Amino acid sequence: MHRLLDNRNVLGVLFLLPAGLLLVLFLTYPLGLGTWLGFTDVKIGRAGEFVGFENFRYLAGDAVAQLSLFNTFFYTVVASVHKFALGLWLAVLLNEHLPFKAFLRAIVLLPFIVPTALSAIAFWWIYDAQFSVISWTLQRMGLIDTYIDFLGDPWMARFSTIAANVWRGVPFIAICLLAGLQTISPSLYEAAALDGASGWQRFRHVTLPLLTPIIAVVMTFSVLFTFTDFQLIWALTRGGPVNATHLMATLSFQRAISGGALGEGAALATAMVPFLMAAILFSYFGLQRRAWQQGGSDR
Amino acid sequence: MAIKEATVDTAGMGYLESLPRRLVTVWLPLSVFLFVLLFPFYWMVITAIKPNEELLSREGNPFWVINPTLAHIRKLLFDTAYPEWLWNTILVSVTATVLSLVCSVLAAYSIERLRFRGSRYVGMAIFLAYLVPPSILFIPLATMVFQFGLFDTRLALILTYPTFLIPFCTWLLMGYFKSIPYELEECALIDGATRWQILTRIILPLAVPGLISAGIFAFTLSWNEFIYALTFISSSEVKTVPVGVITELVEGDVYHWGSLMAGALLGSLPVAVLYSFFVEYYVSGLTGAVKE
Repeated sequence: MHRLLDNRNVLGVLFLLPAGLLLVLFLTYPLGLGTWLGFTDVKIGRAGEFVGFENFRYLAGDAVAQLSLFNTFFYTVVASVHKFALGLWLAVLLNEHLPFKAFLRAIVLLPFIVPTALSAIAFWWIYDAQFSVISWTLQRMGLIDTYIDFLGDPWMARFSTIAANVWRGVPFIAICLLAGLQTISPSLYEAAALDGASGWQRFRHVTLPLLTPIIAVVMTFSVLFTFTDFQLIWALTRGGPVNATHLMATLSFQRAISGGALGEGAALATAMVPFLMAAILFSYFGLQRRAWQQGGSDR
Repeated sequence: MAIKEATVDTAGMGYLESLPRRLVTVWLPLSVFLFVLLFPFYWMVITAIKPNEELLSREGNPFWVINPTLAHIRKLLFDTAYPEWLWNTILVSVTATVLSLVCSVLAAYSIERLRFRGSRYVGMAIFLAYLVPPSILFIPLATMVFQFGLFDTRLALILTYPTFLIPFCTWLLMGYFKSIPYELEECALIDGATRWQILTRIILPLAVPGLISAGIFAFTLSWNEFIYALTFISSSEVKTVPVGVITELVEGDVYHWGSLMAGALLGSLPVAVLYSFFVEYYVSGLTGAVKE
């Protein structure tokens, strides 16, 4: 018994058991089960039968599902681009020599800490059709005549939800990129400056290349979580007006849980997987560490 | 000399820029960022203490409150199930965090230190598990929760939250364990310590910062969780704060904005306060997980 416990293979497996059991039971198994459910016509309270690609065929011809696919892509691309640009800018600003640097960094991250569902309520009130503070300010400045219907008009609703998502995502990206920026030695900038590089050139040819590996990881996570976002949309619009802000995740919730069509919802959720894999592979191969960044030479 | 050089280095080349230029390129954009990032919180506070007449009027200055009131907060605490939701959230978050930490410590030590056959692949699998979003798991999990008879119980949440907590915590702790010198462990082995003693007496005390980082992060993630709590819970008395506020306070056509905002504010405060005490740990957890 004692000798067995000294064996690192036996002990290793033993230590791994609690985490492994939980993850296999509640992560790996449901992942397979979800895919299987997508191929059945199971409903809440009724066992289903295998129906092959029936769900996927139906969804491919369903106007709302098509719209949700478009919305998901639009939401992910527009929000990610803005989060990246603003996050990088904020990171560069925070990397300057500032007083109260630690304090500034701490309060910048606040939007990311607070539960999305709760901050979404603040945005809901800010976007209110009758009492929006944005509309009030714009009207006082004489820029608009009538209050803006932020969440009532399809395109306004899309951009409003994207703005709320960007608000929450920017701090995460900024703080992660700031950690990357802090590892870049100032002497590199001085060397570049002596060679006559302008501020923009220093950013483009020193900062960006050295930051690429961390940008790749951060943006992979960001795209992943934006693509599968549920909380913000559900809290702000529940997919409305007229499905204009339905993402694939919110639509699959609506079909599966509210509507009871578990099979159809599972098929929608499964349909997200290939896109997620593509996003991960793209950022992994497109932006991964290049050999020269670690002192080697690129082939 | 070396020290002097280092201090000059940290200042960067900021001295090359004139003050007016710095005001425009650094301070102006930074204050706009701060204003936008913090405004919703200010708005939460001011709305939570505004009387209804001021809330629902377009006259006057909406940015300020003339007669502050605690009526919304009182209504929230005494006329709704809010205290119960708060208690549920604390209970579920703490339990799920502790459970995940225990599992993660064992798993991370096993993968990083015992280096059994195939440990590298298990490490990769753990990282991949972190990339699986809850949005594609909630439907199959809902059917499982129902079959196990866990529907509408806190246990359903306590058992499912570790699916996104364990991968993250394990990944983070692996990085921390890696930084502890092997020699310490070898000395203890020679002195006749068992692996369990090494883990509890040597590794864990040295990895306390990592444990705090992982714990804080796991706690805020559980506090934040929405889709599982929305799917697996239906009775008001077992709901968590985010779900309770969204589903129960928003009923009918008349929104009670004051109470809604008070609910959002009180639900955000605990994580914000906890975060403010452990900012450094939180940030190192966040960036550590990404940097690996």
